[in-house]
Amino acid sequence: MPLSREDVEHIALLARLHLTEDEKERFRQQLSNIIDHISKLQELDTGAVQPMTSVVVEQSRLREDKAGPAMPREDLLSDAPEVVDEQFRVPPVLDGAP
Amino acid sequence: MKDLQKRPEGLVPLTVTQALKGLRAGDFSSRELTAAYLARIEKHNGRLNAYLHVAAEAALKAAAKADKQLVKGRRTKAKLPALLGLPIAVKDVLTVAGMPATSGSRILEGFVPTYNATSVQRLLDAGVVILGKTNTDEFAMGSSTENSAYGVVRNPWDEERVPGGSSGGSAAAVAAGLAPVALGTDTGGSVRQPAALCGLTGLKTTYGRVSRYGLIAFGSSLDTVGVLAHTAEDAAAMLNVMAGFDPRDATTLESAAPKIKLAKRMELKGLKIGVPKEYFIEGLQPEVEQAVRVAIAQLEELGASTREVSLPHTEYALPVYYIIAPAEASANLARFDGVRYGLRVPQDNLFDMFTHTRGQGFGPEVKRRIMIGTYALSAGYYEAYYGQAQKVRTLIRRDFEQAFEKVDLIAAPATPNSAFRIGAHTGNPLEMYLEDVFTLPANLAGVPGLSLPAGFDSQQLPLSLQLLGPHFSEERLLQVGHAYQQATAWHKARPERLEAPHA
Repeated sequence: MPLSREDVEHIALLARLHLTEDEKERFRQQLSNIIDHISKLQELDTGAVQPMTSVVVEQSRLREDKAGPAMPREDLLSDAPEVVDEQFRVPPVLDGAP
Repeated sequence: MKDLQKRPEGLVPLTVTQALKGLRAGDFSSRELTAAYLARIEKHNGRLNAYLHVAAEAALKAAAKADKQLVKGRRTKAKLPALLGLPIAVKDVLTVAGMPATSGSRILEGFVPTYNATSVQRLLDAGVVILGKTNTDEFAMGSSTENSAYGVVRNPWDEERVPGGSSGGSAAAVAAGLAPVALGTDTGGSVRQPAALCGLTGLKTTYGRVSRYGLIAFGSSLDTVGVLAHTAEDAAAMLNVMAGFDPRDATTLESAAPKIKLAKRMELKGLKIGVPKEYFIEGLQPEVEQAVRVAIAQLEELGASTREVSLPHTEYALPVYYIIAPAEASANLARFDGVRYGLRVPQDNLFDMFTHTRGQGFGPEVKRRIMIGTYALSAGYYEAYYGQAQKVRTLIRRDFEQAFEKVDLIAAPATPNSAFRIGAHTGNPLEMYLEDVFTLPANLAGVPGLSLPAGFDSQQLPLSLQLLGPHFSEERLLQVGHAYQQATAWHKARPERLEAPHA
């Protein structure tokens, strides 16, 4: 089933990706081909099969919930695009959201 | 040293084993060795683009420190760290404190992590010297390193061809003698496939063997840390240092760190090798098939017995992978939003800042995979795609479990063809995905794999044999690889064309 342009726009919105008009058309075609290919899985009857939810062979266990040393705040803030008063600065949150 | 005067780059390239032996004996210092590799990087990296970041100054400083320990160790006979003074390269998806980490993406431009990946930390504790960070497909998504935002990597065997990917920078660096060994990561073949295309030994570890802390996540149920080396012996030396439980990666296991010791001479008598009929398909380059068959015959000569096995769900590995990996990627890559690190494209409001940062920061393949993953996880499609893929993944793992009830190892091609030309698949993502058709199943099942140099095609391009084993069978894989390399010389070949004068 080929994707429509609206499908691509909807997926891009969910994925928080701004696409150019060219990209929308190119991805529409490419994603349609890929989805067509992965739809091959529908031909298998998996009614009796459990989904694989863990790759580790042994049972994984929980660690102790214990506070440990954290990375220094100034180190982590040193990589931020914009910092104010030891905090990440971002543009207004409430304007313009769809 | 005599050799140092003979050629400007001195005594390199070397294997890990040769380098460690020379360092211990005092034949050369770590500083000389490191300087020799840096000289080769200077000479060849401009064309190959294998390294994104060369840490020359830090490397020479670390080497000088290692030399002090080496000198003292020779005097006092004290036990020295296992890899003391050994230069290595690190794929740029793993963090090294103080060195840029880009993951091959513009969205991480300028990001300098403040901590070491656990795998890197353990190697540093064992005394390695880090030469730099190697090029990769963006977020390790690709099979050619053409998806790097920082330019394509060239294959040292033929510079018009790709080195494979996504660990293409690491593969090209080791193949060209710009490092004796390099770290890579393997989510769908990203160690084994470039190793195959560059004539190297590539180890994909069992899921749970090596900590992924500090690995910039792509597909969390598939990502593994591995090694690109000249020999199985070299890969074992690296694995011994890195393996084992890490409280920072809950998937690592306490039992994951036995020290592997390879026997000098090993008969393969009693070893049962399975040859999966589903891996010898139409479209397989005849020379690849022939090389694999010859290699299998060689293993038989060493005493192994072979039989055909079936992995019936092999043809579904590609669609399963291209649902699960993008689904996990779409979640993992949600963190790149321009807030805490890397690129920010300024906009008037937060939402537009997110979408424009991501729209400009990610390249086309990453966007494609984020969108496939988002689609496969979205309301109305989740069961049909992601749910079904998880079930078929069970069937693929069961295929391996059933095969390993009958045989000790599986031998197969690593790739459908030798290194392809730059640009050959760039217009068609699905064609590129097919390059990984023989490596994806191991990641879905979580089992380890090893690609081994196994000859050359008529274009003088390397060919490869892939061995796959049950969970945590790295010792067996490396032992068989080592036995094979005692009996063959393919792993000793070096790309002579690289040394020819370039215009």
